[in-house]
Amino acid sequence: MSPGPLLSVQDLRVAFATEEGRLQAVDGVSFDLSPGEVVAIVGESGSGKSVTAQTLIGLTRTRNSRIEGSVRLGDEELLTAGDAAMRRLRGDRIGMVFQDPMTSFNPVYRLGDQIVEAIRAHRPDVSKAQGRARAAELFDAVGIPDAERRVDDYPHEFSGGMRQRAMIAMALALEPEVLIADEPTTALDVTIQAQILRLLEQLNRERNLATLLITHDLGVVAEVADRVLVMYAGKVVEQGTLDEVFYDPQHPYTWGLLGSLTRIDRPRPRRLPQIAGQPPSLLDLPQGCPFRPRCPHEFSKCTRYPALEARLPEAPGHCDRCWLTPEEKRSKRQVEGQIGLEAPR
Amino acid sequence: MSALLEVTDLVKHFPVKRGILIDREVDQVRAVDGISFKVEQGETLGLVGESGSGKSTVCRAVLQLLEPSSGSIRFEGREIAGLGRRQMRPLRREMQMVFQDPQASLNPRKRVGQIVGDPLRLQKVASGAELRRRVQELLERVGLSSEHYSRFPHEFSGGQRQRIGIARALALKPKLVICDEPVSALDVSIQAQIVNLLDDLQDEFGLAYLFVAHDIGVVRHISDRIAVMHHGKIVEQGSADQVCENPRDEYTKKLLAAVPIPDPRESRERLQQR
Repeated sequence: MSPGPLLSVQDLRVAFATEEGRLQAVDGVSFDLSPGEVVAIVGESGSGKSVTAQTLIGLTRTRNSRIEGSVRLGDEELLTAGDAAMRRLRGDRIGMVFQDPMTSFNPVYRLGDQIVEAIRAHRPDVSKAQGRARAAELFDAVGIPDAERRVDDYPHEFSGGMRQRAMIAMALALEPEVLIADEPTTALDVTIQAQILRLLEQLNRERNLATLLITHDLGVVAEVADRVLVMYAGKVVEQGTLDEVFYDPQHPYTWGLLGSLTRIDRPRPRRLPQIAGQPPSLLDLPQGCPFRPRCPHEFSKCTRYPALEARLPEAPGHCDRCWLTPEEKRSKRQVEGQIGLEAPR
Repeated sequence: MSALLEVTDLVKHFPVKRGILIDREVDQVRAVDGISFKVEQGETLGLVGESGSGKSTVCRAVLQLLEPSSGSIRFEGREIAGLGRRQMRPLRREMQMVFQDPQASLNPRKRVGQIVGDPLRLQKVASGAELRRRVQELLERVGLSSEHYSRFPHEFSGGQRQRIGIARALALKPKLVICDEPVSALDVSIQAQIVNLLDDLQDEFGLAYLFVAHDIGVVRHISDRIAVMHHGKIVEQGSADQVCENPRDEYTKKLLAAVPIPDPRESRERLQQR
């Protein structure tokens, strides 16, 4: 691992002007990502996790969006970089894997050709034959059997899991330093999901990638991530190492997320713990903590929103936005029995 | 007494055809290859398997949306395989379906009231003010508000849309509801809400579910019994706890091993054991 972060996001804010008004999709997100590390952003639909990922590679730049803060890759500032500079950087330094591998490929071109095109767009001196050989090599690296032959297949000839492998191969074609995976396994069966997660983990290790994983599923996070950010209504409500967030979760929203997971290795509860209600509309946020209307522990202080701060002296990197004291949190979340996990250390 | 639903040796093969002017059948896809199972009144049978295992074909065949190649499907003791549309119509009150994609299974140009009320109207169960009252009641029962009556599907989140689909399935007070991947398109946090709702409705209305999904973790939670499908065949069948705790079939073991465990220490241990 090299010292210092490779990608550094500081106070990122993304707003969209919509017909119904200004919508703050991402509201002050900060995190660092180092080589060899997997950072996961977890949240429900509309929490701003995907907008965060897309903003990193300049996909949310439109006339109706307003982007503030800073995203640094090495010593380059990405938010102010020109379109041409961003185009060079996408694929070359930051690879991206999307949720739906069917719609991310062009259905009328062979998969190999699409990878060759991506390579040659950045490296014009690479011949088509060299590009094709490279594509076959990549297919092999991501575990596509009979790679040499299958680079000539069309996307529809691949199964969902194989298509996602091809997508990962394409993202890695130019040997990027950062890999962004936005819900890479959500469209897949659980058996295939397990394989793709193993693959991402293996690539992360072998190639010393800095991986940003976006997902709604804490089960997926537990399998691969080193650090976790939990997002709600555009803000980070809790962040810490994987073990901190899973074994000593501080924010009631995180408790809810953890509690609503089914566990195959435990006796089943009579009823699944659930978070009541719906996520709030970003156009009509409640005053103070946006989780307040769904939170069973709401009290007078919650009409003001606390800053994202470390509240545990023993864990300076573990931050959250909840007014409850750590003692209150530990007792409340146990009384509720929401955490299907061991008692806190 | 006979089971609510009894499927015996169900087979559905799809022909693979070649040729331009003369279609020759060159092969067959054996989507469902001789399966048998029962669903008793008020119980949940979980049908679990990967994409392509044939579980959706089973759903469609049971509802006669697809004609089975052979085999028997008995509903309350009566053979329904091969019944025509008109003969099926009264039976449709008894068996309804909840689909995977709440986006695609709700007509975007109809209002919620009409979507949920259509089964009542088409089966001539209710009309006018009575229809409206019953639809509003249903909406409230599935956790929506009666004010949602005149909204359009796009105004709802994924979880709420799935609630609309459930209200529509319940409108005719069916005995059997076939749920084809009802939660796999939803956020994990919303999945728990929908699973709990299905549980409550089952108790209240005495429903039987055929619950189809690829995630054995979710299936286990809601099912009394589980049948595991692989390549068109049922490879293992038994009580939910028995199948999940003492799986006998290798394929069932593989499915169980793939379910992520939301516990970093245990998933690290599991990884080392491999």
